[in-house]
Amino acid sequence: MSDGPKLTLGPLLFNWPAEQVGEFYSRIAELAPVDTVCLGEVVCPKREPLLGETLAAAAAELANAGKEIIWSSYGLIADDKEMAATRDLADSCDGLVEANDITALPLLQGRSHAIGPLINVYNEGTLQWLAARGATRVCLPPELRREAIAQLAESAGETELEIQVFGRMPLALSARCYHARAHGLHKDGCQYVCDKDPDGMPVDTLDGEEFLAVNGVQTLSHSIVELSAEVDDLLAMGISRFRLSPHHIDMAAIAHVWRGLLDGNRDLPRARRIIQAVAAFAPPSNGYFYGRPGAELVVH
Amino acid sequence: MTGAALELVCPAGTPASLRAAVDAGADAIYLGFRDETNARNFPGLNFSRDELAEGIEYAGSKGVRVLVAINTYPQAGNPGPWRMAVDHAASLGAWAVILADIGLLDYARRNHPDLRRHLSVQASAANAQAIKFYCDEFGVKRVVLPRVLTVDEIARINGAIEVETEVFAFGGMCVMAEGRCLLSSYATGESPNMNGVCSPAEHVHYEERDGQMVSRLGEFTINKFREGEPAGYPTLCKGRFRACNRESYLFEEPTSLDVSNILPALMDAGVTALKIEGRQRGKAYISQVVSTFRRAVDAAARDERPVADDLSSITEGGRQSTGAYEKGWR
Repeated sequence: MSDGPKLTLGPLLFNWPAEQVGEFYSRIAELAPVDTVCLGEVVCPKREPLLGETLAAAAAELANAGKEIIWSSYGLIADDKEMAATRDLADSCDGLVEANDITALPLLQGRSHAIGPLINVYNEGTLQWLAARGATRVCLPPELRREAIAQLAESAGETELEIQVFGRMPLALSARCYHARAHGLHKDGCQYVCDKDPDGMPVDTLDGEEFLAVNGVQTLSHSIVELSAEVDDLLAMGISRFRLSPHHIDMAAIAHVWRGLLDGNRDLPRARRIIQAVAAFAPPSNGYFYGRPGAELVVH
Repeated sequence: MTGAALELVCPAGTPASLRAAVDAGADAIYLGFRDETNARNFPGLNFSRDELAEGIEYAGSKGVRVLVAINTYPQAGNPGPWRMAVDHAASLGAWAVILADIGLLDYARRNHPDLRRHLSVQASAANAQAIKFYCDEFGVKRVVLPRVLTVDEIARINGAIEVETEVFAFGGMCVMAEGRCLLSSYATGESPNMNGVCSPAEHVHYEERDGQMVSRLGEFTINKFREGEPAGYPTLCKGRFRACNRESYLFEEPTSLDVSNILPALMDAGVTALKIEGRQRGKAYISQVVSTFRRAVDAAARDERPVADDLSSITEGGRQSTGAYEKGWR
C-alpha cells in the first residue's frame, strides 16, 4: 500500500446473511486496494450474535491480506446489553476501535482510537479536545461543507481526518425500528425484516420520487455521496483518509477507481462513469460539500 | 405532600411569552439568543442581550430561574457567536446554560467555572455511561434526556448517576435521536445541528394539485391532503411516504408528546424536571400549557390523580402520545 492518502472501507451497515458477509470480505481481502477495513455491527445490536464468528474469520483473512482492521462501535448505545457489548469490544480489541457514540469514549481513554462519522465533530474546539484524549483519526459527519472541512483540516495537527466519499449517507438514528414498523411489526419482534433490503429499504415520496433508505433504526440517504470530482480539493486541504461505505455491489471496483484517483490518475469522467455504472441503484450526490441540500448533485 | 414536585421548565421565544410562562407558574424558563446559537433559530423569535437582562430580572422577581440554550454546534472557523453567547449568559446572571457541543462545554468549563452547565438533548446522552462522561469531563449538573428512553430505562439511569435529569413532557416530538439527525439538511441544506432549524419555513411550499394540497420541503413532497383534511406543517419525519408498497406515516404520525398521565411514574423514576417544548409558540399557548402542567405537577406531588385537563385542542393533529416513554412505541 502507498504511504500517501489512505482508503478505508467503512463498516457494513446492512443486515446480510453471514455467509454473504464472509464472501464479501474474502473478496475485499483478495481484490480491493483498501488500506483499512472497519468491521463490526454499528446499527442494530440484535444482528450481532449472527455475525460474530464470520467477522472474526474475516478479520483474520483481511489482516493476512495486509489490511489494517478497525472495530466500530454501535451508533446508539441505550440499554445495558448494548453497553456491555461495547465494553467487551473495548476490552477485547487490541487494535484501533472506532467510537460511533460518545458512550464509547471513556472506555477508550488512555489509548489511541478513531472517531466515526456518527459522533458530532463540527468544529476545532471539539476536534482538538478529542485529539488531546487520544483520537488519532476522525471521520467527519456527512453534512459538513467544504469550508468547514478545510478549517478542521487546518487545525487537525497530527490527527488524520477522513471523509466519506462513496455510499449512502447516514442521516439519522432512532430508538424505533422503521423496517419493523413498515412491515407492521414491532422492534422486539422484528423477525429481522431488515435482511430483505441489502442496501436499505427504499422510501419514496407520495409523488414517487426516491428519497431515503431505511436500515432498521437507521435512516440513510437514497442518493450515494460521490466525491470523485472533489478529490483534488480534499487532498489539497490535507484530508488523508477516504471512506467508502459498503454496498451490495462490486466494492472492489469502486476501491480500484478510488485507488487510482488517490495515486494521481485524474481521468475524472472515467472515474465517475465507472462509479455510476457499478453503483447504478441510486444517483450520486455531493450537495453537502457545497453547502447545498445533501440530496443535490452540483455539477461543474 | 408525598414528594417534591417536578420542576417545570418552560419555553419562551419572546419576552411576552417569558412573562406568560412566569405568570402561569413556571419554575424555570429556557430561551435562546436571536441567532444560530440555539436550536429554535426562527425569524422573529428569541432574545437580544438587553431582552435577556430584562427577562432575568422579571423572572427573578417571581423566584423563577432562567436557562439559556446554546445548543447548536459551533461552526468551524467561527466560534465567536457561541462563545459570546456563553459569556453573555454568564455576565447577565443566567442560572444555567444548556450546551451540546464538546468544544463549547470545554470553553464554558474553563472560562466560566461557576456557571451551571446543563447537557442539551442535542448531545444525545442516552445512558448512564455517557452522562457520567459529560459530568466527569465538563462538570455538567443536569442532563436533558433524549426522547428515545422508556420510563424504566430512565429509572435505571437515575439510579446510576449523581446528577439531575430533565425529560420532555409536552409538545413537538423528535422521533430520531436528537442532535444526530440530518434529514432536514438532506432536503434543505439547513439542520438543527448547524443552523438551529428543522424543516425550515423558507424551504416549505404548498401546491394545489388535482384537488389535493401538496406540502413540499425543498424538492421533496412530504405529504398530500384531501379537501377538508387539515394540512399540517411538513416536518420531514412527520410526513407520509411510500415504503413496502404502502403509503404511511413511516416515521411518526403528526402527534404531540404528552406525559401528563404518567407524572407519578416519572417521579418514581427519579426525574427532577419536566421540559415543555415550544419556544416557537405564542403566549396564549404557553399560558394554557404551563398552567395545566402546574396543576398536574402539584397534584402529582400531593399523590392525587392527575387533573383531567384536555390539551388535545392544542396538540399537533389533535393527537397525543407518550412516545418512547412506553416500550410499545418502538
